Amino acid sequence: MTLLSVEDLTVTLATNDGSARAVRDLSFTLEKGETLGIVGESGCGKSMAALALMGLLPSMSETTGRINLDGKNLLEKTEAEMCRIRGNRMAMIFQEPMTSLNPVHTIGHQIMEPLRLHKGLSDDDAHKETIRLLDRVGIPNPKSRVDNYPHQLSGGQRQRVMIAIALSCKPHILIADEPTTALDVTIQDQILDLIQTLVREDGMALILISHDLGVISENTGKILVMYGGAAVETGRTDRIFEELVHPYTQGLFAAMPRLGRARTKRLVTIPGTVPDLISLPAGCTFTDRCPLATEICRKTPPPVIEVKGQHFVTCHHVEEARARKTEELFS
Amino acid sequence: MVGGTMTLFLLICAAISLFWTPGSAYDIVIANRFLPPSTDHWLGTDQFGRDIASMLMTGTQNSIVVAVVAVSIGLFIGVSLGLLAAARRGWTEEIIMRLSDFSFAFPAILSAIMLTAILGPGGVNSILAIGLYNIPVFARLTRGSANAIWTREYVMAARASGKGRLRITFEHILPNILSIIIVQATILFAIAILAEAALSYLGLGTQPPEPSWGRMLNEAQTLMFLDPMQAIYPGLAIAIAVFGLNLLGDGLRDVLDPRLSRKR
Repeated sequence: MTLLSVEDLTVTLATNDGSARAVRDLSFTLEKGETLGIVGESGCGKSMAALALMGLLPSMSETTGRINLDGKNLLEKTEAEMCRIRGNRMAMIFQEPMTSLNPVHTIGHQIMEPLRLHKGLSDDDAHKETIRLLDRVGIPNPKSRVDNYPHQLSGGQRQRVMIAIALSCKPHILIADEPTTALDVTIQDQILDLIQTLVREDGMALILISHDLGVISENTGKILVMYGGAAVETGRTDRIFEELVHPYTQGLFAAMPRLGRARTKRLVTIPGTVPDLISLPAGCTFTDRCPLATEICRKTPPPVIEVKGQHFVTCHHVEEARARKTEELFS
Repeated sequence: MVGGTMTLFLLICAAISLFWTPGSAYDIVIANRFLPPSTDHWLGTDQFGRDIASMLMTGTQNSIVVAVVAVSIGLFIGVSLGLLAAARRGWTEEIIMRLSDFSFAFPAILSAIMLTAILGPGGVNSILAIGLYNIPVFARLTRGSANAIWTREYVMAARASGKGRLRITFEHILPNILSIIIVQATILFAIAILAEAALSYLGLGTQPPEPSWGRMLNEAQTLMFLDPMQAIYPGLAIAIAVFGLNLLGDGLRDVLDPRLSRKR
């Protein structure tokens, strides 16, 4: 059975200016051991989708659709049932390791908590398991580190502790929401490698959320490109990087800085900003920033087109987009 | 430091008065009325011949008991309500906060007078009245600081690891706002002593023959021109208590909340 299948997930947030549709009709599936990358710029609904999966959205929001974990719809679960799933079946790593640990408790205490809560381990067993976990995430001297407070650890080490907490109960799904954005580049790689290794060892499924196409391309098997709360391009990572189709994906790729490029050349940018989620246009949400946009884009929602095996693009002008070379569109 | 010493001095006075006072705070010896300070009567005697130093010491004990109980009532009920409001949000929060707004609409002393008028004067009732006034103060403070902690990322992380709201409240919210509550408690302690003195002064608090700073002031008032020192001693005691506790509160805040102390 499919481990996780998300169908038509829609998140509506009630704001002072009206209701904002942060996520629209998002659908994807995740098998055991599979890795999915969700990519898109700030405000495209990536984090909202992740929080919706965990059932952690603020109370003034509405979630519709289906989130099936082992065939059971999570949206119909009560809060108490969700508490047993969170941390146990599904775990999440957050963007900010500096503030994601409680400053008043030792890291050992914070890793032990879910073990006692979900696995019912005794204090002694939980303590041993905590030391083992710290060792596993690569913290030196785990025996003495257990009694450290978060402020005694560096950012990278704190993120390792967060990973230890997330993995403590051997979840089936790990959601990593920009796990390396707040860390410096040398640490980024180490943390991503660590997540990769642990996910592979435990046979977990991983949802990696990032705005960095490079990170996504190296660490995932499937990609979902989000724009304005909806998926614009999905498919296997290798297929998509063989041929980026959607103008937005092409823009994202072109906007990545690369070594060896002439210094005088300016970095490519996608003009404009993300659309206002409260008053979304009737047609394609990317219309205002898209170099290929025509009248039809403004008026009708774009169709989902299968480019090649299991590579889907949501666009009116797939043929025109495919005809262009990457980076040609936005220069 | 200074605040701590002053508070400690009061506590010691109260503790000693439990089993020893220089004279008697209760015995009326008319022959000894209005004696000036001497070795027998350190601060002299009042119009009934009672030893003023002993009355002050026993009064300290009385003030401290009233303040401790009243602040505890406010602390436990208020903090629980505040935590509940922050954890549940929605209509629970709305009701708790509107109720505390409602009680804030009346001046503290006025509502305490109103309560003792309904319940009848007496030590216990004045404790209740002061404690009741303390509840919304703590509830508001707790809710405000708890709400700020609820938005922190480690709370989100705790929720993501499957902890329920009750668990998060005690494990993450309370330890992080404890320092603020402790500081507020010391300051309310001073206010409670002041309120007890005020109620006793008005004859609504501690009843005779129990000595109380407030009532000593009241009795001294009529003798203001005859023996002004009688009013000055209890006044001084109240001033020391309130000043000391306020300083203690400030000092504690500096120790417990490094962010504020650096600004000074």
